[in-house]
Amino acid sequence: MPPSNLQAALEALLFSSDQPLPLTLLAESLDAPPDRVAEALREYEAACTGRGAGVQLREIAGGYLLVTAPEHAEWVGRLLRGKKRMRLSRAALETMAIIAYKQPVTKSEVEAIRGVDSSAVLGTLLERNLVTIRGRSKVVGRPLLYGTTQEFLGYFGLRDLSELPRPEELRALVAAREPEQLDMMEMEAPASALARGTLAELEVVAQVGSDLPFSSDLQHEVEPVGEGDMDDAVAEELGQTGDRPAD
Amino acid sequence: MSATDRPDDAVTPKAARTPAKTPTAAKPPPPTAEPLGILARDPSGSVMVKLVRFEGPLDLLLHLIKRDEIDIYDIPIAHITQQYLTYIELMRSLDLDVAGEFLVMAATLMRIKAKMLLPLPSVGEEDDEGDPREELVQRLIEYRQFKEAAGTLKSRESDRRLLFERGMLPGEDEAGPLPLAPATLFDLLDALNRVMLRVPEQTVYEVQGDIFDVEDKMSLIARTVAEEGSISFTTLMHNCRARAEVIVTFIALLELVKLGTVSVTQAEPFGDILIVARTREGSEADAPVESPGGA
Repeated sequence: MPPSNLQAALEALLFSSDQPLPLTLLAESLDAPPDRVAEALREYEAACTGRGAGVQLREIAGGYLLVTAPEHAEWVGRLLRGKKRMRLSRAALETMAIIAYKQPVTKSEVEAIRGVDSSAVLGTLLERNLVTIRGRSKVVGRPLLYGTTQEFLGYFGLRDLSELPRPEELRALVAAREPEQLDMMEMEAPASALARGTLAELEVVAQVGSDLPFSSDLQHEVEPVGEGDMDDAVAEELGQTGDRPAD
Repeated sequence: MSATDRPDDAVTPKAARTPAKTPTAAKPPPPTAEPLGILARDPSGSVMVKLVRFEGPLDLLLHLIKRDEIDIYDIPIAHITQQYLTYIELMRSLDLDVAGEFLVMAATLMRIKAKMLLPLPSVGEEDDEGDPREELVQRLIEYRQFKEAAGTLKSRESDRRLLFERGMLPGEDEAGPLPLAPATLFDLLDALNRVMLRVPEQTVYEVQGDIFDVEDKMSLIARTVAEEGSISFTTLMHNCRARAEVIVTFIALLELVKLGTVSVTQAEPFGDILIVARTREGSEADAPVESPGGA
């Protein structure tokens, strides 16, 4: 029997949790069909917005989470004064991005893209549970394969991986960020050269793009790693992990 | 921009075969005479700060390409190599560890430069060879794209940091306590209790010199006597925890007797001495008792 006031009951469940609650779990707990719960969620979200509530409903990491409204961040921050919240270094963000788009991916593949040793950063990301071991690749050396976690989605406030910009969106962002290059071409290059240059760029991006998200062109054959062997495997691959900060 | 400004650039058009190969596509500014120029153009402060910002050789190359407004598909390899090596030299001169990756890239750049200096093969194998820069360009573009992806992750991170879910209030497991957290009286008492439990008994002796004050004891005795009429010498001394306190209390008692505030009586020989308030005779005698610690 579903609760008589479904929306209020929903609010109670959401309030009680500091983790995103999947729709199925909410429906199960409320003994109500998922579509009714989904509708109640939409109504509740609208109600929060409508009355300018201090909390908001967000869809994060495949579930629903009640969070404080961003416009009150300053006040909550003051309440939490002194509490150190983690912030990722540039190296960590780069590594995180590569793993997110290329997963499952090996350390050497990450390093090939970044051009630098990434053991320490990987260790930190593993320690913070933003990255996990997906198994081993069957290529030579049987390197570990890394992938993102639910915590990764939660940390970046992503509903799922599809919320990351697509390769073509990234390309547009790159272009927008490097306007001087386009400007230069527009001003100095004859139209034909501009057209060719753009085409070449598109081709290159298309090549790069094809192995960008969400299906790795590397297609590792994955071999599982036992839960108990995980720490040893990581220590072996990354050296001493976690003793060096990512930045 | 004459060839004498950039003598090395002569190699660029010769070997470049990308579609972007036009006389106008690549116009790097002349190499800066000032070796620190590589950094001076960055508005953000000191050389050191600028140096540590590069995540690796690709990051550095992208910076140079952007700074000198170079077309990434037609990199003037001689110019970029020179700038790159200048930077490596700068790192060395500042006693920074030049990571191996930076040196590998330096070698790669020089290898590409050397290849481009070689005359093109006249026969049709050139298609196999391709532009020696191509692989590097691919890597740069791929890296640049992930850098952009990292940038979007960073802004998602910033947005997410404005949202707080439940349970974010500091717990005991936090590394640092709230530096300015308000403390209640009960917190203070708790803290005191913890200290009292921890401090061993004998430490009392170590600090007793400061604790026992004749005037404090005088005022204590006088108050007790005033409130309760009398106090026995045994009780008074029984409350003392240390020899020094006994002595100070005794001196205080003598002082009070001398001042006429109290008098001591003994009902029988070897009996308990009783300290009683003295009937007011000399009001001046009360003065030091009523203002204890005033001196």
